[in-house]
Amino acid sequence: MKKFLALALALCMVLALCACGSSSTGSSAPAATAAPAESTEAAAPAEAEAEGEDVVVIGLGLMGPLTGPYAQYGEGAANGAEIAVNEINAMGGKYQFVFYREDDQGDPELAVNAYNTLMDKDVKIIVGAVTSGACMAVAEVANEERVFCLTPSASNDLVPESGDQIYQICFTDSNQGAVSAAWVAEHRPEAKVGIIYNNAQDYSMGIRQSFLTKAEELGVEVVAESAFSDDTATDFSVQVSAMKDAGADFVFLPMYYTPALSILTQADAAEYHPEYFGVDGMDGVLGVEGLNVDLVQGVCMLTGFDGSDPAEAVQNYVSSYKSLYNDTPNQFSADAYDAVYVLCAALEQAGITADDSAADICEKLIDTLQSLSFDGITGSMTWSADGTVTKSPLAVKIQGTEYVTAD
Amino acid sequence: MKKKILRSYLITFGMVIVAFIFCQYFQGHGMSRTLKGQLIPICAYIVMALSLNLVVGVSGELSLGHAGFMSVGAFTGVIISGWLLNGFGVESTVMRLLLGILGGGLTAGIAGFLIGIPVLRLRGDYLAIVTLAFGEIIRNIINCIWISVDGKSLHFAVTNNVPGTVLVNGPQGAVKVARIATFPAGFVLVLFTLVVILNLVNSHPGRAIMAARDNRIAAESVGISVLKYKTMAFVTSAVLAGMAGALYGLSISTFDPSKFDFNTSINILVFVVLGGIGNMSGSIIAAAVLTILPEKLRAFSDYRMLAYAIVLILVMIATNSAQVRGLIAKFAPKKKSAVKGDDGNA
Repeated sequence: MKKFLALALALCMVLALCACGSSSTGSSAPAATAAPAESTEAAAPAEAEAEGEDVVVIGLGLMGPLTGPYAQYGEGAANGAEIAVNEINAMGGKYQFVFYREDDQGDPELAVNAYNTLMDKDVKIIVGAVTSGACMAVAEVANEERVFCLTPSASNDLVPESGDQIYQICFTDSNQGAVSAAWVAEHRPEAKVGIIYNNAQDYSMGIRQSFLTKAEELGVEVVAESAFSDDTATDFSVQVSAMKDAGADFVFLPMYYTPALSILTQADAAEYHPEYFGVDGMDGVLGVEGLNVDLVQGVCMLTGFDGSDPAEAVQNYVSSYKSLYNDTPNQFSADAYDAVYVLCAALEQAGITADDSAADICEKLIDTLQSLSFDGITGSMTWSADGTVTKSPLAVKIQGTEYVTAD
Repeated sequence: MKKKILRSYLITFGMVIVAFIFCQYFQGHGMSRTLKGQLIPICAYIVMALSLNLVVGVSGELSLGHAGFMSVGAFTGVIISGWLLNGFGVESTVMRLLLGILGGGLTAGIAGFLIGIPVLRLRGDYLAIVTLAFGEIIRNIINCIWISVDGKSLHFAVTNNVPGTVLVNGPQGAVKVARIATFPAGFVLVLFTLVVILNLVNSHPGRAIMAARDNRIAAESVGISVLKYKTMAFVTSAVLAGMAGALYGLSISTFDPSKFDFNTSINILVFVVLGGIGNMSGSIIAAAVLTILPEKLRAFSDYRMLAYAIVLILVMIATNSAQVRGLIAKFAPKKKSAVKGDDGNA
């Protein structure tokens, strides 16, 4: 009896697989993506198509951690990209986008699954992945298939090496560490710097290393260093008291926002109030639900995006993000927003037509991006041949529930 | 008796071979890319589930650190493949894959033997806790080693100053892995695993292992060395898990040590429990279905993993309810009176 059951199940499985296989390749119409902007998004490309045959509709896909501990990054990026897509579609230019987002939980294996799911939906260009490990896995597969990738936020130094068609909007990790040290040397020359870092995370280790190298070169005084790992990322009493005992008045936190928030909470409980400085991983802290905003007042971070910039484009973006998602945009969202506009500009400059395949688009975009210079809400950008971006970093400070320029 | 075993063999192997032929055919005929991309991981998870079933089902010990063996195998496989390519210029992917999988099995087997010596003297809950700790230890060790290949020599270090091509980059794990694993290779590994496990189960040592599981004192009284046979099952399982790890590692360009954490061990245990403890064909189906399921639930967007958990609970309840079983029995009329099959004991 059991064997019969086993056989029957196996048969069901095989049949189900085949059925899924044939059904998902057939549909190319935009499926419903995340709720808020659904209606506008579905309407725009259709309207544009009616105008004439000049319009080129391109599928864009983003994969990132939409659930799990890094969800703030993925959500932010997906929302930012969606705003850009809607704006571009509403302007009714030559290039219209259809946007899909898929969850990868920041895991390389799931990211490749998400990539394949997106390709099943006839996506031509990938905006992603959001986290570095996932991005490297995706970029490698996409490199073989010649699909262009523009990651908003995968900052690992090895990301550009994953293929010639992977370009970054954000800085690399080593750049972040060095620039942070330079900022400290310029703005806080007297600071006694303490560093808390995650020694089980390449992101944290990489930034710390380049920070130390640059700090030594510029004569920044590092008085204490203390490591933790993901397993001990709930209790920071050892690290906090190490900072306190060493008399550090400026604590550098190269890590993601979840452990950083625990450190802030526990330092506050220990009545230790130094100045904190984080990197891009700190961004997203304001999006944590039930956050006690008093804790994060005055926390500085290195970023590519300053929401308090009075420039019109920035303010328009911030207000539309707030009205759509009822949240302060972080730099991940801004990076993704810029990524979509970069792609739009590059498509225009490359003269992509509706007949171009993903591989044609990929080759043309590689050529174009190297000569493109783009002014976005995260600054002006140019790209080198390996895919890394050149732009000037900013430091921002949390004031209330807003980011303002740090001084 | 012989006939019955043969029949059950044929059904299990037939199921795997038919599934393989179907997949191979539909790969060129409208299979979705998502599924195509999952074929190799599915093979790896099937082998993991089978190997854990050998420990949990056949040997009757609860292991919560099976992902640790997978991790050892995955990193060994990647190192061997990278070393052969960069140090010795071995271009043949089949050769590198084969040696990588064998090496992965070997190191995981050694790890299994070492951990088995103290662990298998423990019973029940203690064993579960120690295997859990083992998985965590492996993860933390790999987190702080850097391995590179320079010329023909491998370099190991605990800082990121290693010369040459980096293969394992500390907490970032394996980087820039050449993706040489193929679906047919995964299929062969599944068949190999089945041959090993089914032969072991139906051999003299296999009966000794099950005797030790069912009644330790009775088994010892007839002269069976419980420790020896339990170690045999545990090491075999570790070797197979290491091979699965190597297959997995060589199918993806980067993975970090935290991929093989406690959650992965539990996931594999879920495959085994859902498929039926001691039931090999059940493990195969459960591993395949539960790997595909989260991808099929993408339509639920943010509620995907919630939906997955709910489906899991429903399936567990359904497969254990007497009504559902009775319903299925109605459609499977013959041989109700037959003795329990060899793969039906738990």
